[in-house]
Amino acid sequence: MFGKLTLEAVPYHEPIVMVTLAMVALGGLALIAAITYFRKWNYLWTEWLTSVDHKRIGVMYIVVALVMLIRGFADAMMMRSQLALATNGALGYLPPDHYDQIFTAHGVIMIIFMAMPFMFGLMNIIVPLQIGARDVAFPFLNSLSFWLLVAAVVLMNLSLGVGEFARTGWVAYPPLSGLEYSPGVGVDYYIWALQISGIGTTLTAVNFLVTVLKMRAPTMKLMEMPIFTWTCTWANVLVVTSFPILTAALGLLTLDRYLDFHFFTSDGGGNAMMYINLFWAWGHPEVYILILPAFGIFSEVISTFTGKRLFGYKSMIYASGVIAFLGFIVWLHHFFTMGSGANVNAFFGIATMVISVPTGVKLFNWLFTIYRGRLHFTSPVLWTLGFMVTFTIGGMTGVLMAVPGADFVLHNSLFLIAHFHNTIIGGAVFGYLAGFTFWFPKVFGFKLNEKWGKASFWFWQIGFYFAFVPLYILGFLGMTRRLNHTDNPDWTPWLYVACIGAVLILFGILCQFIQVFVSVRDRKKLVDESGDPWNAHTLEWATSSPPPFYNFATTPVVHDIDAFTDMKEKGIAYDRPAKYAPIHMPRNTSAGLIIGAFATVGGFAAIWHIWWLAIVSLVGIIAAFLVRAYDNDVDYYVQPAEIERLESAHLAKLAKA
Amino acid sequence: MRTRKYPNILRWLSPALAAAALSGCSGGILDPKGQVAADEKSLIITATLLMLIVVVPVIVMTLVFAWKYRATNTEAVYEPKWSHSTKIELVVWIVPILIVSILGVITWKSTHALDPYRPIESDKKPINVEVVSLNWKWLFIYPDLGIATVNELSFPKDVPVAFKITSDAAMNSFFIPQLGGQIYSMAGMQTKLHLIASEAGTYNGFSANYSGGGFSGMKFEAIAQPSEEAFQAWVEKVRTSGSTLDALAYDDLAKPSEKHAVTYYASVAPNLFGAIIGKYMNTHDVGTVGEILGFNTWPGAQICLAPANTEL
Repeated sequence: MFGKLTLEAVPYHEPIVMVTLAMVALGGLALIAAITYFRKWNYLWTEWLTSVDHKRIGVMYIVVALVMLIRGFADAMMMRSQLALATNGALGYLPPDHYDQIFTAHGVIMIIFMAMPFMFGLMNIIVPLQIGARDVAFPFLNSLSFWLLVAAVVLMNLSLGVGEFARTGWVAYPPLSGLEYSPGVGVDYYIWALQISGIGTTLTAVNFLVTVLKMRAPTMKLMEMPIFTWTCTWANVLVVTSFPILTAALGLLTLDRYLDFHFFTSDGGGNAMMYINLFWAWGHPEVYILILPAFGIFSEVISTFTGKRLFGYKSMIYASGVIAFLGFIVWLHHFFTMGSGANVNAFFGIATMVISVPTGVKLFNWLFTIYRGRLHFTSPVLWTLGFMVTFTIGGMTGVLMAVPGADFVLHNSLFLIAHFHNTIIGGAVFGYLAGFTFWFPKVFGFKLNEKWGKASFWFWQIGFYFAFVPLYILGFLGMTRRLNHTDNPDWTPWLYVACIGAVLILFGILCQFIQVFVSVRDRKKLVDESGDPWNAHTLEWATSSPPPFYNFATTPVVHDIDAFTDMKEKGIAYDRPAKYAPIHMPRNTSAGLIIGAFATVGGFAAIWHIWWLAIVSLVGIIAAFLVRAYDNDVDYYVQPAEIERLESAHLAKLAKA
Repeated sequence: MRTRKYPNILRWLSPALAAAALSGCSGGILDPKGQVAADEKSLIITATLLMLIVVVPVIVMTLVFAWKYRATNTEAVYEPKWSHSTKIELVVWIVPILIVSILGVITWKSTHALDPYRPIESDKKPINVEVVSLNWKWLFIYPDLGIATVNELSFPKDVPVAFKITSDAAMNSFFIPQLGGQIYSMAGMQTKLHLIASEAGTYNGFSANYSGGGFSGMKFEAIAQPSEEAFQAWVEKVRTSGSTLDALAYDDLAKPSEKHAVTYYASVAPNLFGAIIGKYMNTHDVGTVGEILGFNTWPGAQICLAPANTEL
């Protein structure tokens, strides 16, 4: 009846897990009580959960990302404290069977459930606005993508209280992740969480590629699209080409585990190296999927806060394209140590180094955007400058490890851990946080508190060096990754310093949450009536903050790369059209949420081998999809009178501002 | 044959800088005790210096430009529409291309020179060691000497050691940082590695690829003996004090165990290493090594040396 699921699956004997669960349960109950008390269920359902508005979906993505940031960072703190305690022969407080789940969960959460939703959240909110569109090409599909991500997040977090998570590292290499060495449900949680969110990710990328190609303001040429939209587009090209590889690799691993196939087993003709190749053929493009949109954010931030046009716009676009292409032919550098011949290793090593050329070009282009500009040191600019310094170092250590002869001694060491945190934190995360502050007033109509924003930056920046420079050094001292305890006295001081660094980053994260709290409290004081608080260049600033649900009352007419600056210079930025035409808009739908709910149950059933429930869920998914597909009442027209009313209110505020 | 073909720049740049900047690192990869590790260290230093040619200016320019063109400095030139310069574009594309080209040449040459499959040039005959990673310990078989050890490896200094490596568990990585690079150990497959120690001493070795619960304790000591005689004495010690590693004893050893004590085997079943690889070949149900050796035919053993991961 319940497959492999028994009451034994709940880890009663793990106090850390049980306390966490109790806190999550209490928090959840408090949230439900608050929503009920303030009678917000109806509002939540109609305005958010069933919304197909790209801006609302974007906000929900970022909320998920921030919640998962807390969970992923809690994992990080546990790892750093364990390693600071378990030195000189001590065993620490996390035995391997728990610790190994934590480092696996940390990697999966930070990449798949923190960075990806954060990036997709910003992309959802901004890209349609930047190209003068009313929404994405397929609004329902967008909602579905989001709810598939939520389904995966729910599964990921269920593993904490029901059963276990994978103890394989986030890469889940077979044969360790095969049935022989991982007979529990941990790897199955991993497979289904990644698989379900991966489908959502692929659909989002398809959606946004169609959106930029077909939904742009008709006067906007491709080579006039804002740079953030361009870098997101390159990232989406990478998603649609690389995520299917992950889907296939996980599918084959599923067959191995569920139906006794032998794709990746040691025996029966299987070959684990095939999985490792497939995994990184997705995994390497994945890091460029994360970093390219962040590059776009830095470009927007720098050109806005220098009050200057971006230097080398075309060069930036081509450089991003070259990075996207090369990102696909370097995956083998993740395993030079597999024993490929020198020619193969040298090819992949050199291909990897070549990526530093377009990346270097981008850095110089940001530098020459600052050159002869007027740089305002706002917190988004601090994140950008911090990135330019930090990421350059991360890029250098990356190229170093691309030299196979050097990689043979650095591979899998803490040097590697320091390197990829250096690029992902110093690149992607700094970028998303810059974007968060930069676009926050657009989404909510008030700015974030600068004092707490800057405090957050400095804690993150200094904490980063304290946390990861020791890891570079430990790598040189020969410390390998994923160790549970150590007994080398030379390593101990560095492990302490790294732990202090993690605490500093914790303060940085706290500052961010305080920043949001303080800003919401002082929202009247921080309000922005203009819709353009930074005197920025691109179309998202041409509409009100927050934008009306239809984004633009009339489709913008674009004559320049910096379309909005051009309008402001010509004095036509706030012109009122003679009359408004009806606007075609999609209706909200609960279909995405329902399909997501069935996917959650279906994934859970598959993990625990509850086959009847898995079948019920699959039927539910198909039925919900069919109902939606045959629903003809999916759109409507906003009438000119309502547009008139909303626009008049906006223009009145503008006149005051 | 391994030769030091790649640029001489490595030779004259490395010692001074290494001594200056990195002298505090003992026991790690910057404290090499063999030719391979020393070459790899030089390579790291050369590549880093080369990249600093771009990295340092970028960091300095970031800080200088940000300060000079701060909004409050109204003395600085302000050109809001200046966004293109062919000259600058040429420089920012060409300089990184030049540096990557130089680095590319170094990479190509060093990758061949430091190919782990490439035997080390020496007038001494190499010591052959067959390495098996087990859950969670290392088995070292000396096929020419007919002995085996667990979690202790020994060889004389200045004599090349030729490793053949496989796994009878999840994938691990065989790594002795002070002697040089690592290579994966994989079930049903064989990889190769060549190392040499230039100084006598005991060096840490371990698995550098996570392989499950007992991974943290999967360590061994690599003892570089000061002379051939000392090595012979060690061999004698193993021969006199050890038991026999036959098929049954192996199956027992292969069972998961953590922080396994150093163990000596005075004799080893012939072709044990081949049988360990061979048992994964072409069979759906894996037999024990005992069964395979018992049948005295392990047809997979020859086939298994060819496919997959050997030289491409």
